[in-house]
Amino acid sequence: MTHPYPSSFTLSRRQALLAGGALVVAYLAAASDMDEGANGAESKPALTPPQLDSWIAVRPDGSVVGYFGKVDIGLGIQVAVAQIIADELDVGFEQVSIVMGDTAATINQGGASGSTGLELGSVPLRNAAAQARSILLGLAAQKLGNPVESLEVTNGVVSVRGAIARRISYGELIGGRYFDVRLKWNGKIGNELIVAGSAPLKDHAQYRVVGKSLRRADIADKLFGREVYSTDVRVPGMLHGRMIRPPIAGAVPVTVDRTALSHLPEVQLVWRQGLLGVVAAKEWDAVKAARNLRVEWSSPAAAFPPQEALYEAIEAAAAVAHGGAEPVGDTAAALAGARKILSAAYHWPFQSHASMGPACALADVQADHATIWTGDQKPHYIRDGVAALLELPPENVRGIWLRGPGSYGRNDGGDAALDAAYLSKAVGKPVRVQGMRADGTAWDPKGPASVHHVCAGIDASGQVVALRFQSKAFSRENIASHPDDPTQSLSGQLMAMPVKTKHAFDVPEEGYDFANRDLGWEVVPALLDRASPLRTSHLRDPLGPQLNFASESFIDELAFAIRTDPVAFRLRYLKDPRSIAVIEAVAEQAKWTPRPTRGAARAGEVLTGRGIAFARRKHTRVAVIVEVEVHRHSGRIWPRRWTVAHDCGLIVNPDNLRLVIEGNILHATSRALFEEVRFDEHRVTSVDWVTYPILDMRDAPEKIDIVLIDHKDDLPLGAGEPATRPVAAAIANAVFDATGMRLRQAPLSAGRMKAAFLRGAE
Amino acid sequence: MMVSLRVNDQSFTIELDDRDTPLLYVLRDELKLNNPHFGCGLAQCGACMVLVDGAPRRSCVLPISAVGDSAITTLDGLGTPQKPHPVQQAFIDEQAFFCGYCLNGWVMTAAAFVKKHPRATEAQLRESFAGLKCRCGSHMSILRAVKRLTERA
Repeated sequence: MTHPYPSSFTLSRRQALLAGGALVVAYLAAASDMDEGANGAESKPALTPPQLDSWIAVRPDGSVVGYFGKVDIGLGIQVAVAQIIADELDVGFEQVSIVMGDTAATINQGGASGSTGLELGSVPLRNAAAQARSILLGLAAQKLGNPVESLEVTNGVVSVRGAIARRISYGELIGGRYFDVRLKWNGKIGNELIVAGSAPLKDHAQYRVVGKSLRRADIADKLFGREVYSTDVRVPGMLHGRMIRPPIAGAVPVTVDRTALSHLPEVQLVWRQGLLGVVAAKEWDAVKAARNLRVEWSSPAAAFPPQEALYEAIEAAAAVAHGGAEPVGDTAAALAGARKILSAAYHWPFQSHASMGPACALADVQADHATIWTGDQKPHYIRDGVAALLELPPENVRGIWLRGPGSYGRNDGGDAALDAAYLSKAVGKPVRVQGMRADGTAWDPKGPASVHHVCAGIDASGQVVALRFQSKAFSRENIASHPDDPTQSLSGQLMAMPVKTKHAFDVPEEGYDFANRDLGWEVVPALLDRASPLRTSHLRDPLGPQLNFASESFIDELAFAIRTDPVAFRLRYLKDPRSIAVIEAVAEQAKWTPRPTRGAARAGEVLTGRGIAFARRKHTRVAVIVEVEVHRHSGRIWPRRWTVAHDCGLIVNPDNLRLVIEGNILHATSRALFEEVRFDEHRVTSVDWVTYPILDMRDAPEKIDIVLIDHKDDLPLGAGEPATRPVAAAIANAVFDATGMRLRQAPLSAGRMKAAFLRGAE
Repeated sequence: MMVSLRVNDQSFTIELDDRDTPLLYVLRDELKLNNPHFGCGLAQCGACMVLVDGAPRRSCVLPISAVGDSAITTLDGLGTPQKPHPVQQAFIDEQAFFCGYCLNGWVMTAAAFVKKHPRATEAQLRESFAGLKCRCGSHMSILRAVKRLTERA
């Protein structure tokens, strides 16, 4: 009989762990060690990354729980994670449930972040599941008295091949008890965290559940009103808070007069430096109190340029940081020697997350511990941020995530959590804070505004010999994308904590193989360094839409400059086979006809045109072709039909992936056509859906035709954001095809289109 | 003051200090209903949609004093897993929505509109949904779901 998993080693480890706190640290630091036995412990080992029980549990009924240290912010990733576990563990999909976002039950895997949910987030669970299966087979071999090689598993029941009556289920083997086994851990926390066992992983060709379009249980829960959102949590004694933000950016309260609140019973005021909030027993009273409180604010100087001068202000500002890709060749010399130079500048505005509802958090702060219920997409970092604000050790704070009112990066969720924690501590009761609309639109961290200068040199034979792409922009993270540091929050900054900021931007990733190329960026300082309503941070596909809008618009301009079809041009200069494959696939599916020059100017009220754009986001490749209608009189641009070719490696759930791609196209269309944060010299004036319009159902396309390219030999590579990236450029390219006019400033609004018609074709 | 209201075929009497309290806060905070949702408080998004005597209304701007003895239906009153409303079933069949926070707007509007216009065209559906917001971009699946009903009728 083969039993490859001696268990004696584990006990000594465990005893060492139990011996004391100091040892725990040393133990976790020893990342390379691992145990291979299963003890079947009766109580759950401490929640640490290397513990197998931190990832996978088997219940007595044989059902399996996966503990996912990221969260689902709406795309249904938990289904794919369950599919991966089911296959690796040889259980049915229906047997698997996923727990996510509770810091007391899950490891910090970085929260929802960068479309890494499957590419990185599923890896520890897959590895843990494989190890668990191997351990369970070892236990079954002992019980059944047959070697592991003679066993097979179906839906969590181990049986002897050819003797089906000789069987035992996972539930019988370990159900309700714990493996108490250590995996190898790379010592990292967050997105980069990996744990692995010694058991071989299945080849993807062996997968049965992965690749199936299984459905999301949460959709029905939501439709029947059974989903409990972060906004729906109620605890005994809970009070309601609302924050009062400065009416002028940079202002602080000088005097606060609460006489206007005298008719509102039991309203409490919380005021510390610039942070001002009210707390009331009834939510509506808190809303009214925040509205009616009379505050005299300081009068700081204008923080912002007039909006129409934003891009001039960026151009004029002294850069505080610069960077870029490693240059290839000698771009300056190649440009100097080129026969023809083509150059253009593109502009992208500040954009808001403007989540569907303003963020909400409930905090219950006690003397030495706290609980925070949050809808933020990074609940472990919320825990850390709240702990730092309250000066508590992180292990004394529990973050409980529930689905929030929309999340697309660092929105207002982190600020709401810290606000709630501060108010709860101040009044000594649990406090629920939900923002009003302006808190989600005017006061969320913004996607950065940017200017992009692009220049190419063309030689006498029509070859592109050099490309320079230079962005000048606000940083991608005036405040960190992780809400784990109070200095990176509104409350911290309003309470005069030191300001720390990161200066970084990025370059296009598409990878055109021009002989000489120089892709770089410069970052300019924030317009207001503290508690700015225009502070920047991550918004879905951070920097992707703006960089791709500039670079893929310019690629089209270059193609036409040398009278080459834009599809053929891209195929000529891309060398990556998978990039080429998505472009060929989208062109075929859309029945693209070569258009080396734009057709003759067309008359009529409604003009139509087609445009292509390609995007690479890390390892995911997307190409889109869009057909637009442009209405001459109103300037309305309607992207009517989309064709998408999408390669995100191994496809785990095709139908859900199609929905995810559709969502990206719609959200990105909204950003491309409508979204621009408005401001004046003193404040952000986009405060609601009238002043920050987004896509309406009447603007939704007629059809989105999606070609999925599945690579069964690859890993799942991420789909939460990549299809967002090429949308704006594709529309701009189609508008050029339709009208002969090149819109280089986003959003491609009806007003800008109309103005272009009035100016006449370029 | 005491306020009586009828919600999902049940009668409630509650005490309120302010007769201008929007219906939304009464439903959520007094009756502890998790739907509708607060989205904007400005009647601009639809997350707070309920049916008042069968017509979609935005509860965030509807003062409780204006409700009177009208019959209010919230998402909970539309159907159950055992007996789903056709609109709920259609949205589940299409796996519509992402975060789902907006769905009261679409579902309650669709329930009222399809009842009135069972053979509505796609253009009519798009018009009927004008002004509702979905931030995650669920529009295609929403349209497909409702067309399951109108194109079958």
